[in-house]
Amino acid sequence: MQFSLRWAQRISLPAWLGIVFLAVHLLMALCAPWLAPYAPTAIDTNNTFQSPSLQHVFGTDRYGRDIFSRVIYGGQVALVISIVSAVLSVLIGGVIGVIVAFMGGVVDEITMRIIDAIISIPGILLLLVIVTGLGTGTAIIVLAMVLGYMPGVVRVIRATTLEYVPRDFILAARLRGERVRSIVWVELLPNILDVLLVEFAMRASWIVLAVSGLSFLGFGVNPPTPDWGLMINENRSALVLYPWGTVFPMIAVATLVVSLNLVSDEVAKMYGIDRGVRQ
Amino acid sequence: MSTHLLHVDNLTIGFPNAQNALTHVLHDVSLHIERGARIGVVGESGCGKSTLAYAMLGMIRGTGVRVHGTVSYAGAQLFAMTPAELQQLRGAGIALVPQNAGQSLAPHQTVYQQIAEVLEIHHHMAGDAAHHRVVQLLGDMRLHNPALIAQRYPHQLSGGQQQRVALAMALAGEPNLLVLDEPTTGLDVTTQAQLLALLYELTHDTQMAMVLVSHDLGVIAHTCEHVVVMYAGEVVEMGETDRVFRQPYHPYTRGLIAAMPRLHAGGLPFAMSGQMDNSMNRQQCALRARCSFARPDCASAPPLTFVEHTRAVRCHHWQDVAAPHQHTIESPVVITESRSDEVAPILELRHVSATYQRSAWRWWTHVQPHMVVSQVDITVTPGQTCAVVGESGSGKSTLARVITGLHPPTDGGVYLARELLPTTVTNRSHAQRRRMQLVFQNPDLSLNPRHTVAELLYRPQAVFFGRSRTEALPHSIAMLQQLRLDESYLRRLPQQLSGGEKQRVAIARAFLADPDVVVCDEVVSALDVSVQAALLRLLVEIQHLRGTAYIFIAHDLAVVRAIAHTVVVLFAGHVCEQGTTTPIFTNPHHPYTMLLLSAVLTVPRRELHVHTAHARDTTPRAQGGCPFRLRCPIAIPQQCEDVVPPWQHTTAAHSYRCHHPSHVLVQFRNQLLLPTTQEEPNA
Repeated sequence: MQFSLRWAQRISLPAWLGIVFLAVHLLMALCAPWLAPYAPTAIDTNNTFQSPSLQHVFGTDRYGRDIFSRVIYGGQVALVISIVSAVLSVLIGGVIGVIVAFMGGVVDEITMRIIDAIISIPGILLLLVIVTGLGTGTAIIVLAMVLGYMPGVVRVIRATTLEYVPRDFILAARLRGERVRSIVWVELLPNILDVLLVEFAMRASWIVLAVSGLSFLGFGVNPPTPDWGLMINENRSALVLYPWGTVFPMIAVATLVVSLNLVSDEVAKMYGIDRGVRQ
Repeated sequence: MSTHLLHVDNLTIGFPNAQNALTHVLHDVSLHIERGARIGVVGESGCGKSTLAYAMLGMIRGTGVRVHGTVSYAGAQLFAMTPAELQQLRGAGIALVPQNAGQSLAPHQTVYQQIAEVLEIHHHMAGDAAHHRVVQLLGDMRLHNPALIAQRYPHQLSGGQQQRVALAMALAGEPNLLVLDEPTTGLDVTTQAQLLALLYELTHDTQMAMVLVSHDLGVIAHTCEHVVVMYAGEVVEMGETDRVFRQPYHPYTRGLIAAMPRLHAGGLPFAMSGQMDNSMNRQQCALRARCSFARPDCASAPPLTFVEHTRAVRCHHWQDVAAPHQHTIESPVVITESRSDEVAPILELRHVSATYQRSAWRWWTHVQPHMVVSQVDITVTPGQTCAVVGESGSGKSTLARVITGLHPPTDGGVYLARELLPTTVTNRSHAQRRRMQLVFQNPDLSLNPRHTVAELLYRPQAVFFGRSRTEALPHSIAMLQQLRLDESYLRRLPQQLSGGEKQRVAIARAFLADPDVVVCDEVVSALDVSVQAALLRLLVEIQHLRGTAYIFIAHDLAVVRAIAHTVVVLFAGHVCEQGTTTPIFTNPHHPYTMLLLSAVLTVPRRELHVHTAHARDTTPRAQGGCPFRLRCPIAIPQQCEDVVPPWQHTTAAHSYRCHHPSHVLVQFRNQLLLPTTQEEPNA
């Protein structure tokens, strides 16, 4: 890290950009019903392939659906799926990581070998296998994301916890006769909270990308649900003549992922965690 | 500039602080090193001594900035050199042996490869010639079987061996100046004594100059002709070592010497009040707030004045400090020895043995389970301190773990108030856990970095007395006050405390459980002497007040003499000698105790008689017979190998395990410890 602590304590310009973009995304997703001028699935066959105008700010697609409305509603899908998946990944991964680190021995060895096995499967392959096996739908995508990203969390949290398990303050708590639950809650959690937060922000950005990727490939949510990846795919064939249908959802994905990354970078820097090493 | 090898002139180095202003870690330091000189730089942590050592190699660590001043070697400015010129100079001109030499050796290269690299760079030596030279260098370091050591990797060597390899590496370039940063930190007293003897030999009668940086006055006293005392980034006193240590002119030097526990006198050392001021206001004398000689004119910073030919001091009132018989400081507290045979013991260890066995899950590793602690008997009565001393690996920390229930013994038992304790802490009752507390060596590890002092002190009260946070608060405050910390500390995090303050919080936490026994595992060994002295006083004070018994695990014999009522000397898990403190120190009978005592560095210096047969680096563990026989200079060939030595007694309160009759041991002692039987001249 070339930034010293003083810099990290103040919020840097890139991080502010990230926070602002993230806030805009969240606001748009939350206020979609009021912000969107049209229903996201309303078909208007008289007005297909419109360029941006006052009626349709981002133009319309091949079915005459308003792209601006679809982008705004698409944010709901992307954010809900990625936040739910990221929370679940970090919660489940965190709990497993801590338990495994505390128990050690056979439990540790077996769990970690399973985790290693999952990690060794290429990410997109794992997602595709789950989705083709179990079908599509929001719940399935969340499940796929958790399975895909939780093992990484387990590894990081286990490693972080292992750093603290032999520390004398944990030993001191054991000497007081405290139970494992209270040791984890009182002694350990304040020390690994930073890592958990960074893990959450990082995984969320990856998951947004992965969800969009799945939708693009046709394994995500079903049409006509407004979804960025799906939109990019749908309008891809007309890209040369009519770029608006692809460009705007792409900008939406890009800004959300980049802003999540900027924020997680800042969180990491604030706590002195080097993401380059953690990854 | 003629005979001088290295000049440090008005060197000021600053580090940016939170307000982005520069704090001067070194302030206007000037130093001249002649060829063949041996100079010690001494001071407590944060005084800038390591920064000075690195600056001598033209190096400034971290975010430091050279504000002004120069370092010149043989007329050339170090800070004006190109990186290539500096690289040529380092090694061949000036060499550094860094602190923790073991960590500074490359783990993936053999000793030979690392030293050969230096030879190739500076002497273009390779092949057989290089190999021959490496072995010769290692032999010069008094390493047994140097050809074998050369093939080893750093992790296969002991701490003392690693230190010697680092030294050999530094000497491979045949430097004119050798800089050593805390060369003996983490080494056992006997290993330390051997290393210092080696350093003395290497630099004696040669043209190589040496700068030795250390916090330990004893180390400096035994190796250096000249000493530079540093405080808050400034040189406060310099001169010939013997004279400075016998008659200090600066109040800080005087305070440092008084804070050293005395091996030959006993009694608690004097504690300097306050701590180093990190704000470093250069307008006034840096020591002013802590100094008992301070007068109004100390508001102006005193200059470093040469008062004699080679003697300089930075004090307006040095004549007052130097004046003899000015004992205005408090009188020493002497620990009264026990007369308490009738008092029921609070803690007893009966025939305690412990081993480390491989974990069943790691069945493929072939670790020989060996006795770490063997047949230890200890009895402690309330209000008494029992010290357990020994070198690293003697099993003294394992003993602490057995007592506190972290490591179940394989044999024997621990009794608290005549009641057998379960072997593991989980099986002990709530009350049993409360009555026995452990204070760890390193408060950085034992205090949760995310908990404030209030929270740290609240935890034991919540667990043991079910107090709420508000109920706990007055108890916490009272305990902090007893340890001379005020209420404002409650809101602080451990990182906002100094080392001594952290350890006091750790002690407060232990005492808030209202324990009968406190196990102190090396609690003062990581602290500076002045802080150590203050903490020892506090420990004794609380003990007087509450009648708590201490198990005091330590490697520093002088500290043990100051605080303990009874002493147990451990060697390889076996008790060699045990008894009340005075006979152990004045009438030791076991050769190992004598060896330990003979290796202690005192101030002012005394002749060290370190027996070469005592080298522990290459000594394997003895199986059967007397555990010490392989290092014992007076081992009896057949008897000591086959027969476990019997317990012998000088008095009811002093016993030792040896085959030799008393008069043989006394004769050996007089040979080994002759200089120490006399009291220090100015004690």
